Amino acid sequence: MSEKIKIAIGQGATCSGCDIAVLDLDVELLKLFEVADLTFAPLVTDIKYKDVEAMDDGEITICLYHGAVRNSENEHIAKLLRRKSQIMVAYGACAAFGGIPGLANVTTKNKILDTVYDDTATTVNPEHTRPQTHYVSPEGHELELPELFETVKALDDVIDVDYIIGACPPTREMNVKLLGVVLDFVHGKADLPPKGIILASERTLCEECPRQKPDKVFIDEIKSVDYTELDPEKCFLEQGIMCFGPATRGGCDSKCINVNMPCRGCMGPTAAVLDHGASCLSAFTSILKVSGSESEIPEEEIEKLMAKMRDPLGTFYRFTLPKSLLQRVVKET
Amino acid sequence: MTFKPKIIVFCCNWCAYAGGDLAGISRYQIKPYFRVIRTMCSARVDPEWIMEAFRLGADGVMVAGCHPGDCHYIGGNYRTRRRIALLRCLLGQFGLNQERLGLAWISAGEAEKFATTMNDFIECITELGPSPYRKTTADTQSAGLAKEAADV
Repeated sequence: MSEKIKIAIGQGATCSGCDIAVLDLDVELLKLFEVADLTFAPLVTDIKYKDVEAMDDGEITICLYHGAVRNSENEHIAKLLRRKSQIMVAYGACAAFGGIPGLANVTTKNKILDTVYDDTATTVNPEHTRPQTHYVSPEGHELELPELFETVKALDDVIDVDYIIGACPPTREMNVKLLGVVLDFVHGKADLPPKGIILASERTLCEECPRQKPDKVFIDEIKSVDYTELDPEKCFLEQGIMCFGPATRGGCDSKCINVNMPCRGCMGPTAAVLDHGASCLSAFTSILKVSGSESEIPEEEIEKLMAKMRDPLGTFYRFTLPKSLLQRVVKET
Repeated sequence: MTFKPKIIVFCCNWCAYAGGDLAGISRYQIKPYFRVIRTMCSARVDPEWIMEAFRLGADGVMVAGCHPGDCHYIGGNYRTRRRIALLRCLLGQFGLNQERLGLAWISAGEAEKFATTMNDFIECITELGPSPYRKTTADTQSAGLAKEAADV
């Protein structure tokens, strides 16, 4: 066999769950290491950025980058790895759509710093010290810290991305499929798929959902998952639980649904949709039930009904705020 | 310079658009700061379109359809009012003044109502001033123009 290919796993603003998802390949990992070397993976190998900088451009065959781009270090490493890699994959919901860190777009950089360095109950910081990007200690040591950005971005807002894989984190089945794609490419059996979102369905999760589908769904009262006993066979919506299956891309093998948890939308929207949250919103508003006939209900009551929905932004855009049309929260002057 | 708002008005084909048409024929004076987009039903207006309008720098968006009970498709406007109600809450969270998203029921015969509704809405948006999303859009637009110029 010819020379092994090189794999890198880059990290941005991430919880590292995606690293664990890769390790979750378990015995399949052996197949991976037959054809590939892990050149850069800060979680499992001892390597420094300067080692990556020393590599030739395009030396890495495939790079899985997980995490959103939130500070100058994330951006630097994303650009660096892009230069060094032939194939760049936005791996997981954070790299693909901004993910959970993307919810920082509801506030501003200064407010985040105020909360972390002043306002929390356990913080004592009488001098209101804030992290500086550059610091020289009295002994003359120079220290650098990355700069926090005002707005969290998805990976493809910063660099050119070849493939996008959603989900938080990508499932084992998706990883096995990805491994198959890589193996076929390495062995010359198949070409790489066209750029864009891969390993996902073109349809919504509802179409793949194993639960019983009622003809018409109504939500009487929005319930919380943690206080409700859930029927494992019935549609979540029918049980009053917010499930984003109607507006979210399938292809995740209904992982959450199978363990009796509703969909939270980590696969992002389907290709037909520009804005995940708006799509969720359309789905939800039509199924909230009103007492009596719709025509007899005055507008104010509809407004009250909709106001029952707490935090629509945080719920509808849980994983996709940086990739939404409006991208971030603004302030009226 | 006085502020001239940019307003997008989605009108349903059967009522509001005809009402607007009649307002024109009847020569009601309406300030010229709005652009009408005709849709078959007010329920055809995807919340996504409204978001897109704001992203592109609209200062206000108005959705106008048939009166409740009079929808050409029987129940379309009931869906519209549900969506707009929740979308207002959502836009509020995005930091926009909820007044920037208007909803009106105008029948094909209510030319005067069309004129007063539009004038009132325009006045309200003029008072609110430019949309906070405008600045970011202007930046992208100038970036886009610069790119186009570079391509040529």
